Amino acid sequence: MRFTRRAAVAAVGIAALLTAGACGSGDEGGDGSGSTKVEVFTWWADGGEKAGLDGLVSAFGTACAGQTFENGAVAGGAGANAKSVLASRLQQNDPPDTFQAHAGAELLDYIDAGQVEDISADYDSWGLKQAFPQGLIDNLTVDGKIYSVPANIHRANVVWSNKKVTAAAGITTDPKDLTEFFAALDKLKTKGVTPLAIGKDWTQLMLFESVLITDLGPEKFTGLWNGTTPWTDPGVAKGIADFKRLLTYTNKDRDALDWTDAEKLVMDGKAGYQLMGDWEAADLDAKGFKDYGFFTFPGNGTTFQWLADSFVLPKGAKNAEGTKCWLKTVGSAEGQKAFNTKKGSIPARTDAAPADYPKYQQAAMADWKSAKQVPSCAHGAGCSQGWQGAANSALGAYSTKQDDAALTKALVAAAEQFGKKK
Amino acid sequence: MRRMRQWGPGLLLLSPSLILLAVFVYGLIAWTAKVSLSDEHNARGSKGFVGLQNYVDLFTKDINDRFLHSLKNLLIFTVVFLVGTMLLGLLWAFLLERGVKGEGFFRTVYLFPMAVSFVASGVVWRWLMNPADGGLNAVFDGFGLGFLQNTWWTNPDWGMAAMALPAVWQLSGYVMALFLAGFRGIPQELREAAAMDGASTYRLYRNVIFPQLTPVALSALIIVGHMSMKMFDLIMSVSGAQWLTEVPAVYVWQALLTSDYSKAAAISIILLLLVAVVIVPYLIYTNRAEKNR
Amino acid sequence: MTTVASAPPTGLEKRSTPPPSKRRGIVGPIIKYALAIFFLIVVLMPAYVLVVTSFKAGNEIGVTGQWNLPSQWTVSSWGKAWDALQPAFLRTFQLAIPVALISSLVGAANGFVLSRWRFPGADVVFTLILFGMFIPYQAVMIPLREIVTSINIQPGIPTLILVHCIYGIPICTLIFRNYYATTVPEDLIEASRMDGAGLLRTFGWIILPISIPGFVVTIIWQFTSAWNDYLFAIFLSNTRNGPITIALNALAGAQSPDYAASMAGALITSLPTLVVYILLGRWFIGGLMAGSVKS
Repeated sequence: MRFTRRAAVAAVGIAALLTAGACGSGDEGGDGSGSTKVEVFTWWADGGEKAGLDGLVSAFGTACAGQTFENGAVAGGAGANAKSVLASRLQQNDPPDTFQAHAGAELLDYIDAGQVEDISADYDSWGLKQAFPQGLIDNLTVDGKIYSVPANIHRANVVWSNKKVTAAAGITTDPKDLTEFFAALDKLKTKGVTPLAIGKDWTQLMLFESVLITDLGPEKFTGLWNGTTPWTDPGVAKGIADFKRLLTYTNKDRDALDWTDAEKLVMDGKAGYQLMGDWEAADLDAKGFKDYGFFTFPGNGTTFQWLADSFVLPKGAKNAEGTKCWLKTVGSAEGQKAFNTKKGSIPARTDAAPADYPKYQQAAMADWKSAKQVPSCAHGAGCSQGWQGAANSALGAYSTKQDDAALTKALVAAAEQFGKKK
Repeated sequence: MRRMRQWGPGLLLLSPSLILLAVFVYGLIAWTAKVSLSDEHNARGSKGFVGLQNYVDLFTKDINDRFLHSLKNLLIFTVVFLVGTMLLGLLWAFLLERGVKGEGFFRTVYLFPMAVSFVASGVVWRWLMNPADGGLNAVFDGFGLGFLQNTWWTNPDWGMAAMALPAVWQLSGYVMALFLAGFRGIPQELREAAAMDGASTYRLYRNVIFPQLTPVALSALIIVGHMSMKMFDLIMSVSGAQWLTEVPAVYVWQALLTSDYSKAAAISIILLLLVAVVIVPYLIYTNRAEKNR
Repeated sequence: MTTVASAPPTGLEKRSTPPPSKRRGIVGPIIKYALAIFFLIVVLMPAYVLVVTSFKAGNEIGVTGQWNLPSQWTVSSWGKAWDALQPAFLRTFQLAIPVALISSLVGAANGFVLSRWRFPGADVVFTLILFGMFIPYQAVMIPLREIVTSINIQPGIPTLILVHCIYGIPICTLIFRNYYATTVPEDLIEASRMDGAGLLRTFGWIILPISIPGFVVTIIWQFTSAWNDYLFAIFLSNTRNGPITIALNALAGAQSPDYAASMAGALITSLPTLVVYILLGRWFIGGLMAGSVKS
């Protein structure tokens, strides 16, 4: 027995030593109650997104002296990578001090799981209920409680173009409806460039949603997500047909590309158009590309398809006080200005001065006030993560097989499975 | 009592491992099986027992037949992976067995991919298998083999065959090592006896040597086959998780991301059964073979 | 069935006399060498791309010309990759070394009992243990994540050490059992028993001193698999506290990925296991063989 005990003690000793070593260095985040670090978890690691975050950080530095910002950004796939990392951290009870989440249906997942705290009281003390438009407040409120502070509003239904390429193809005006759009795409096709650049699953979902807005109109489109429009509506069938036709104008390696790869095709003059959210404006600016044009997706009229990035207070955050100061900064006029002028989005607050913003955002701010608003599913405003996953997968399948009946069936099933459950 | 004293200490020394494995292998599998029989489809937790409903749903009601699609992907991947590694492994072993100068060097190079993780090799394979005009497509073009250019893993029908190429690259050397050891394990007398009988080289291999390799081939098939069914790292790092290249192991991950625990558990159990169908008879067979030794 | 497993770690090195070849033609060897060299190039090709790209400057990287040598060699991407990977790189050593040592010790004890100090039903027990190395770990992942959260073990490396040690038991047991079965004569144990030595004395004084080769094999095996693991890492750790595969995946999977830095990162990630492979190749292979074929 003597040997095992000695061996066991030795083994445990070695293990403990090495484990202690591992912890010692792996624990830089600090977990004492006296922590003054605020770990901010986002998927903003490059380009315009990073610049926006930096702006917010400097506002935070001024407003919250004594607290230090710690960057917890995880890059990749419109947040897909970050969300997987976040999911495992929340499961491991190792939450960051605050994390980025799309406002709207997507947040429901975290609220249902009890992973985020109610911050309604802070809304009152920070005066945010007056600062944000009522429509947005309604959208954020779940059973009378608010759980997140939106930093911005993005528009999803925008087409970006390389002006040189479109001009060379003889396109002089921006297409107003799908007929004109197809005509323009045909012109580009004869020039030998990819008419419409696109990436993998979720970017295809964005394009599909834009087509649906055109073919259904904004009311019925919103109805798809709240259950008042059935997915068997003839407008959806028309949308699928138009979407299928649009795919014939896209790059064949679409399933291998991220949105930035598709953006590069446009920048390099290899493609004419790309549909993407308006973060593309800031990204193009950050990359020094000037020859771009933009217009709302043909046939959408003035409809503003929105999504919002918001921040939350996770249950079990190590530095709740610091997190609250971060949230306060995010909601403040200074914070929203510092963030949005760089990121290319528009402030959620109604009291922002358009003059502070670049050209694209001024137009978007005016539209936000006047236009019809519809939510985005690809970015979590309209549908939960489960629904999003099912929709992405359905579009992924469609990209390869182009089976209309299967797509309809999948979308109907997804709405049944994820739609009405409360 | 005396026998007890004889083997008791051994059992005692083994017991911590046995307990750990009982809990962490068999216990957790049972736990997963239990989750797969419940309706824990979101983070709000389970409402109760639903029997085999989750399994039935996977095969009949899964949106877009997503699960069947992932099984089909897995099948294509596995066939290419198995055939590729077995053929290349056998060919390389055969070449080296026939005597090549600098054999050690060749062997080292053929085997080196085995030391690299799929995550690291995935970085370069993602680039090599660029569906547009870079990577291997550029090589084919450069050698006037333009007709070989293809869309690799983004091909809707045979993409998974391309996805298996990095796996073949990585594991062929391993199969070679197995076969080489098999060749070396064949008694010299057998060869000599065959030579005495005046057998040609072809007949020597056909009738004497290859039959001796059957057990090795079986082992290689089992090992590579079960690795194939668990394939996750490679696909995650080459294509990321997406419909086109989804296999059950990736689907589990995707289902967990949306907190659908029951579905993830059901897929995991099916995956386990697939592996067990291959592994359990093999383990029993080897156990028996050893006893008869 | 026993052929491969019973071969000691050096099984590959042993070169039998060249097989009898009656007709020594010229065509045969040419084909043989041509094939061998062709496959050599094919196998090395990805490595070539990795190395070449990692030394290129940012503006030189594009789809065209990716096979060319860099017009200007630069290590800036290596610096960038190292900055991104360095913390995880060190953490992975803190993971892989304890895992290798603990698993090997446990495996040696188990292997000894199952090969030379057997008890009734030892074969069945051994088969049950072995099954553990073939399971798809997804089948234990959901409860495993709950357990490690509830037992208050530090997330990240400590958790992964625990998990790799547990799931490494089967393979290490297998390697040692086969090793002892072929290298330790039954008589030696009998003699020791005759002297009245108990299990632990026999194991400690007679077996352990001749176990070095087995230890080398298991240590290399466990080190490599802990180093290269991605599945446990992605489920049980994150970019902040996880091993290098997670960090590399984040680096290479970023939106506009920097290809040169990704490739340099892939090389940095592979370096330790490659060094082990090149320096200790025969032992590495020994682990592979033992790990695959059961006797």
